[in-house]
Amino acid sequence: MQTTARVQPARSSLLRDPKFRGLVFQILAVFTVVGIGWYLFQNTQSNLAQRGITSGFGFLNNTAGFGILQSLIDYTETDTYGRVFVIGLLNTLLVSGLGIFFATLIGFVIGIARLSPNWLLSRLATVYIEIFRNIPPLLQIFFWYFAVLRAMPAPRASYEFFDAIYLNIRGLYLPSPIPADGFNVFAIALLAACVAIVLVARWARKRREATGQLFPTPAVAIGLLVALPGLAALVAGNPVTWSVPELRGFNFVGGLVVIPELVALTLALTLYTAAFIAENVRSGIQAVSHGQTEAARSLGLRPRHILRLVIIPQALRVIIPPLTSQYLNLAKNSSLAAAIGYPDLVSLFAGTVLNQTGQAIETIAITMSVYLAISLSISLLMNWYNKRIALVER
Amino acid sequence: MDTHIFKPDLKRPLLSVGALGWLRTNLFSNWFNTLLTLFSLYLIWLVVPPIVKWAIIDADWVGTTRADCTSEGACWVFIKMRFAQFMYGFYPHELRWRVDLTVIAAIVGAAPLFVRAMPRKLIYGAFFLVAYPALAFWLLHGGFLGLVAVPTSQWGGLMLTLVIAVVGIAGAMPLGILLALGRRSDMPAIRVICVTFIEFWRGVPLITVLFMSSVMLPLFLPEHVSIDKLLRALLAVMLFEAAYIAEVVRGGLQAIPKGQYEAAAAMGLGYWRSMGLVILPQALKLVIPGIVNTFIALFKDTSLVIIIGLFDLLNSIHQATVDPAWLGFATEGYVFAALVFWIFCFGMSRYSMSIERRLDRGHKR
Repeated sequence: MQTTARVQPARSSLLRDPKFRGLVFQILAVFTVVGIGWYLFQNTQSNLAQRGITSGFGFLNNTAGFGILQSLIDYTETDTYGRVFVIGLLNTLLVSGLGIFFATLIGFVIGIARLSPNWLLSRLATVYIEIFRNIPPLLQIFFWYFAVLRAMPAPRASYEFFDAIYLNIRGLYLPSPIPADGFNVFAIALLAACVAIVLVARWARKRREATGQLFPTPAVAIGLLVALPGLAALVAGNPVTWSVPELRGFNFVGGLVVIPELVALTLALTLYTAAFIAENVRSGIQAVSHGQTEAARSLGLRPRHILRLVIIPQALRVIIPPLTSQYLNLAKNSSLAAAIGYPDLVSLFAGTVLNQTGQAIETIAITMSVYLAISLSISLLMNWYNKRIALVER
Repeated sequence: MDTHIFKPDLKRPLLSVGALGWLRTNLFSNWFNTLLTLFSLYLIWLVVPPIVKWAIIDADWVGTTRADCTSEGACWVFIKMRFAQFMYGFYPHELRWRVDLTVIAAIVGAAPLFVRAMPRKLIYGAFFLVAYPALAFWLLHGGFLGLVAVPTSQWGGLMLTLVIAVVGIAGAMPLGILLALGRRSDMPAIRVICVTFIEFWRGVPLITVLFMSSVMLPLFLPEHVSIDKLLRALLAVMLFEAAYIAEVVRGGLQAIPKGQYEAAAAMGLGYWRSMGLVILPQALKLVIPGIVNTFIALFKDTSLVIIIGLFDLLNSIHQATVDPAWLGFATEGYVFAALVFWIFCFGMSRYSMSIERRLDRGHKR
């Protein structure tokens, strides 16, 4: 029947052309996204008009008119919402910084303890990790804040440590340093010591790479750090005097007060993140194959040199990328502050300011962009670092 | 000629065998190790006895009111009296069997999926994935087919936590897979859209997303549409988790050797078929542990819904601790909450590890 069908040259229809189809598909996708965006924008416009909310960032110049529990820069109730934003940002950075510092410290100690040949110690480290990383951080914050710090005694019955640190329901009272006569000289000496250490470390590395001779850099560094500032203090007199908190009447005077919200938040974020960091450290160290240790040993390196020159550099390459993402998580988790009223960016800006001004879109957009900026800049930094330390394979 | 007689072997030194030997090699091999052991023992002595004394020896277990808690230790009476509220929230008392039934149906229905020898698992799995959500919605929410409606404002406790976590992850899966495919697509526009979406949600904290869903979503929608509070939270959680799932799935897609993609193309399969029949089944199997880990993170994150005023497990307990009738038992409440969360998270992480080991073996062969 169909015997006369002529053989046509294979001219595929446009619909079957993958390039064309790809183009159509992409245009469709872009139109959908833009369309959804437009729809939402229209709705928002009409909703805002109906509720009589004027959008825009003008409100940042209005007077805030509320007090803030803790601010790192001067603040009065007559300051603007713009300044409130800065205070919130600084408070977020403060708690993130503290958390990152302590979590790294504890995380490394526990991660190494997990690999200890001591059975009991490694079990203890495992128990710590399994307990703390499996409990929601918010619950941990609640526990430290409501169950522990809120149950602290009044100032008169404070817990006392070394006659200088006091803990009560109003917070943690620490002695604070006040610069004295010798402070400038001391600071210069400290700076000089740091510069000297960097120079020595550089020189030592160059010499090692040229001649293979090792130089006891860590010992020299500690020596410099102790000797130079110590000498400065001897010559120029005491660099700081300490203002120690003192009980006067019903409250403490002097020293540095850390509000309980900050204590609870730092404690919870530190303990939670430290458990994850410990796991990263453990897997990083375990990722260095045993052959590396054996090879270093057969070259005649001493155990401490094996650790410093062979294991740690290779382990850090594995540890640092997940470590940064833990830091990021900690910074993002610091937004849980809103639940206990620590004045961080979210609780101040997306909470109080939003409620007062009703500028929902602006406040949330600003808050989100801050976190987004932090995340993106850290990931860019991370990518750059990864490229730098990646194994150059032949 | 003398024949040489071998003497019997000497026994191993007493200190290197049995319990003593174990102690010596693991706890007291040198002075530093001994020091660490003593330090660990000191830590244990510092922490464990007070906790045991507080939680078990000195604790009050019987009674019905606050007055029954007379000792120095924990007051578990508080947990006992409020237990039902912690589990079901304000779900009507006489209808709680529906929640129980939903859980039982989940366990009975999902059990065959974990039997490795089960035939036609795929078909059953697909059926389960379609039928169960409908059944669960009917049982929990009701309002049709003879069940009284229970509005979501009455949901709470562990039940709400589980609903948010399970619905969140189930809803995030399809979107996450699409995003992962989009991120690896050849089409630049699609790639840009997906990367922007993923990086946006991964870059912001969940708490701001929840804030957004509660104050911005009503602005985004036409006036007459109002969405249930729980649904808004679920939407936020789904979008947020989809970005994380996408990254996990992308890891799996990247782990599939290029030969598989080429083989699928050589068979004449189009994009969707080669993904659906060849690539995704392998990739998804690889990333099960990653997905379970994402689920654990989500399960812990559900506690954040307290910010927008939903009564999940943590919020139910938090509210109970500030109840004037039971003031002063915050520690008991939070310890109980921690225990519940811990059991779920630890159990799931062990499960994920066991799958990881099983998959590993499959690859070594």
